[in-house]
Amino acid sequence: MRNQRPLVIETLTAIGLIAAPFVLPYLGFAPTTVNRILIWGLFGIGFDILFGFTGLLSFGQSAFFGTGGMVAAYLLTIMNFPHVMTAVFIGAIVAAVVGYLVGLIALRRTGIYFAMITVAIAEVFYFVEFNPLSAYTGGENGLPGVPTPVFNLGFTTLNFSSDRSLYGLLAFCYFIGIVIALRIVRSPVGAVLSAIRDNPLRAAAVGHNIHGYKLTAFVIAAAYAGFAGGLLGIMQGFMPPEAFNFDTSGQLVMQTAIGGAGTLFGPLVGATVWLYLSDFLQTTLHLGATWKLVLGIVFVLLVCFLRHGLIGGLVDLARLATGNAQHRKAVETAGHRVAPSAALAAESAAPIIHLTPSPRRPKPVGDSSTILQAEGLTKRFGGLVANDGINFSVRCGERRGIIGPNGAGKSTFFKMLTCEMRPSEGRIVFEGRDITGMSVTEVCQLGLTKSYQVNQLFNRLTVRENATIAVLAEKRGPFRLDLLRHVGSVEGVTARVDDTLKVVHLAERADRPVSELAYGEKRRLEIGLALATAPSLLLLDEPLAGMSPLERVEMVQLLKSISHGRTMIIIDHDMDSLFELVERVTVLQEGRVLVEGTPAEIKGNAAVQEAYLGGVHAA
Amino acid sequence: MVCLESADDGVINWPTFVSQCFNGLVLGALLALISSGLTIIYGTLGVLNLAHGAMFMLGGYAGWVAYTYTGSFIAAIIAGSLFVMLVGVVMERVIISHFYTRPHEDQLLVTFGLGIVFVEAVRFFFGSLSKSVPPPPPLAGITPIGFMFYPTYRLALLGIVAVALLALYFVLYRTRLGMIVRAGIEDSVMVDSLGIDVYKVFMLVFGIGAMAAGFAGIVNAPVVSIAPDVGESVLVQTFVVVVIGGVGSFPGAVLGGLIAGEIVSITSMFNPGYSYVMLFAAMTLVLVLRPYGLLGTAGRE
Repeated sequence: MRNQRPLVIETLTAIGLIAAPFVLPYLGFAPTTVNRILIWGLFGIGFDILFGFTGLLSFGQSAFFGTGGMVAAYLLTIMNFPHVMTAVFIGAIVAAVVGYLVGLIALRRTGIYFAMITVAIAEVFYFVEFNPLSAYTGGENGLPGVPTPVFNLGFTTLNFSSDRSLYGLLAFCYFIGIVIALRIVRSPVGAVLSAIRDNPLRAAAVGHNIHGYKLTAFVIAAAYAGFAGGLLGIMQGFMPPEAFNFDTSGQLVMQTAIGGAGTLFGPLVGATVWLYLSDFLQTTLHLGATWKLVLGIVFVLLVCFLRHGLIGGLVDLARLATGNAQHRKAVETAGHRVAPSAALAAESAAPIIHLTPSPRRPKPVGDSSTILQAEGLTKRFGGLVANDGINFSVRCGERRGIIGPNGAGKSTFFKMLTCEMRPSEGRIVFEGRDITGMSVTEVCQLGLTKSYQVNQLFNRLTVRENATIAVLAEKRGPFRLDLLRHVGSVEGVTARVDDTLKVVHLAERADRPVSELAYGEKRRLEIGLALATAPSLLLLDEPLAGMSPLERVEMVQLLKSISHGRTMIIIDHDMDSLFELVERVTVLQEGRVLVEGTPAEIKGNAAVQEAYLGGVHAA
Repeated sequence: MVCLESADDGVINWPTFVSQCFNGLVLGALLALISSGLTIIYGTLGVLNLAHGAMFMLGGYAGWVAYTYTGSFIAAIIAGSLFVMLVGVVMERVIISHFYTRPHEDQLLVTFGLGIVFVEAVRFFFGSLSKSVPPPPPLAGITPIGFMFYPTYRLALLGIVAVALLALYFVLYRTRLGMIVRAGIEDSVMVDSLGIDVYKVFMLVFGIGAMAAGFAGIVNAPVVSIAPDVGESVLVQTFVVVVIGGVGSFPGAVLGGLIAGEIVSITSMFNPGYSYVMLFAAMTLVLVLRPYGLLGTAGRE
């Protein structure tokens, strides 16, 4: 998803890595510093997938860096394991397994809790390494005598004992690491990870098992960390226990933030700045221990003023330089764009696009005339009863409206139907299956989803990427580890995304970031996200809220156009529009069903008028 | 580590056990105080202050400087608390206040960076060697309690910290400011809508929360000598306390602190190396059984 010319970044990386040992010494980099930068850069690639792409800030990466390094060093020194690189791989695998187990605990919570738990876990590893396991890890002495790899190729023997030759090995590892990471971030999994970063709630609601994907990112980060830790032991000929320090995690976080998170190269850039400055301040300026104070101040200033790190700053600068021209172009095209209502008229004449679910979706069970049935649905919040024994059923293909005064319990009712909220009592049957107590992800996979009252979009992604994320959930199921596949190669995704965007009239805006859309456009995308999962039952929570009269007319048109072959339930306060749109209306009042009937019946119903107007005098 | 020590020559007997439980109580009360500071800041402002451990350390150093010049322990306590409160208020005004609208990650990064700056600045001015503040003369020595002897200052420390916790409780639950703070923890947008200047409250809360850490830093100085990096392990233990007790909950911080203190002390009696492991096991248990902490609610994340 990130770029159209796939191999450009890879090629540039290779060129950079080949050129670096010839250029950097002239800038004052010592050979060991360059090697160290590569190790931190490699360590950081995994961390950036976790932090920059998935939005999970871990302060505990030292645990995996140390684990990988210690396992490899233990195999090579104490067990006399002969194959150096195999040992490093084993270290990375052990780190990944440990990462999986730690992730199971740490990912029980998100945000700040997650950060705190990772700190605590890393500290445990530090103490375990120093005390209970010191017989294996050498305690505070570490493990000396880690050998460098020797490859016997038959005709020649590759020996990596000098800094220069070791650079070759490390650069090769870094290159492979970045190639794999680029594949991952361009894969469907990568797309889902950035969706989780932007809006985990919606990522789950369109049908992705976000816990599984977060755990995946955590394990990937642990594997990279473990591999880098193994290389550290080889480079130094000694595995230092300091790898487990909290400082190691802290330094990684700071380097990534300095370079720019979410770029994959940020950690490398950050490590370059960090290690260069630390060398420079200590050896050239003779600042001694003060170097860390200077770097700390630099870091704080950077976080305050350069939000996206050095790479982000450069990108912004480049945009500023080229941005004016682009902006002018954008304004011109906007001027030429057909007015939305005209576009609408043109498109309503066009053939209707059907978004049909893929064959992997389970078929309805039993009697197919009723798509949804809720029995005795009750929700209590402490003493407050928001929904009180609601019985509700919807026929297949029906368009149903739900109205009711504010506080009638409409949104609570929807939240229970989509399984965002567990009912206190009662049960819900969808297409013959009891879905009570299922997760929102599971019911979306069955074909029931909702568009939200308040837009829940992936704000940092483009319109097309937003739709792609929803489509991926339907095409690939809740969880799949197709890490190395390109997102565009998943069958049927591109076509479905294009269709969806056409239906919601956003095809022309496909490559704009969501943050640049107008409110009405965001509202259409909100519905597009729900639609992209090809639901058989679509719930719409106030789709017309906040729209101008003209936009309302268009939205009603849009809703009509998507209702073919689909059941819809719509909550709205705009009765004129709603009555035009739906076949039957259910009126909720104070958490109960007041009355149900055709729009005409509801209009004439005295009880409904009384509910809304608080008492109508008999004429 | 705040005041972790293993039993002498590994003999586990009744007096050792009781005295370790007492140590646990002292450590627990201290952790409760530090964690309360962290948790009210987080609860009200939504900012997890990763510099909180450094604040603890700053309190110790500010107190040490005051003690060196005046020779008075009372002066040291006042200087330590007020200085850190001032640092907290300035930090909130100058830097943190610009981060309320930025993502949580940025807040973590900037407070983490500030923590490093504080630690390294202290190292720059005072060096890496540890400093100690003796307990005030009336509280020096040991006191016989029943069948064992216990350091007098530690007994007094329990009282001092308990008084500080009570004071904090009084401020939080019996004053207008406390009511606003607790309301802010529930819903700061609502408090703002009621016409209360939340930003002024934020500044005060940050000051009070920092002061709790600074106060703990100086009163603990006679027990464990101070060094620039003394705050790091305190911060980690505080996190465990907050996770166990529940974020944003003052009673949770007190309960979590006492639990954590006892776990660390009792484990140390057998093998100090496992104290963190046990602490972590307790945290995991709480996360599995009660994901929002013992006394926390599913509000903020």
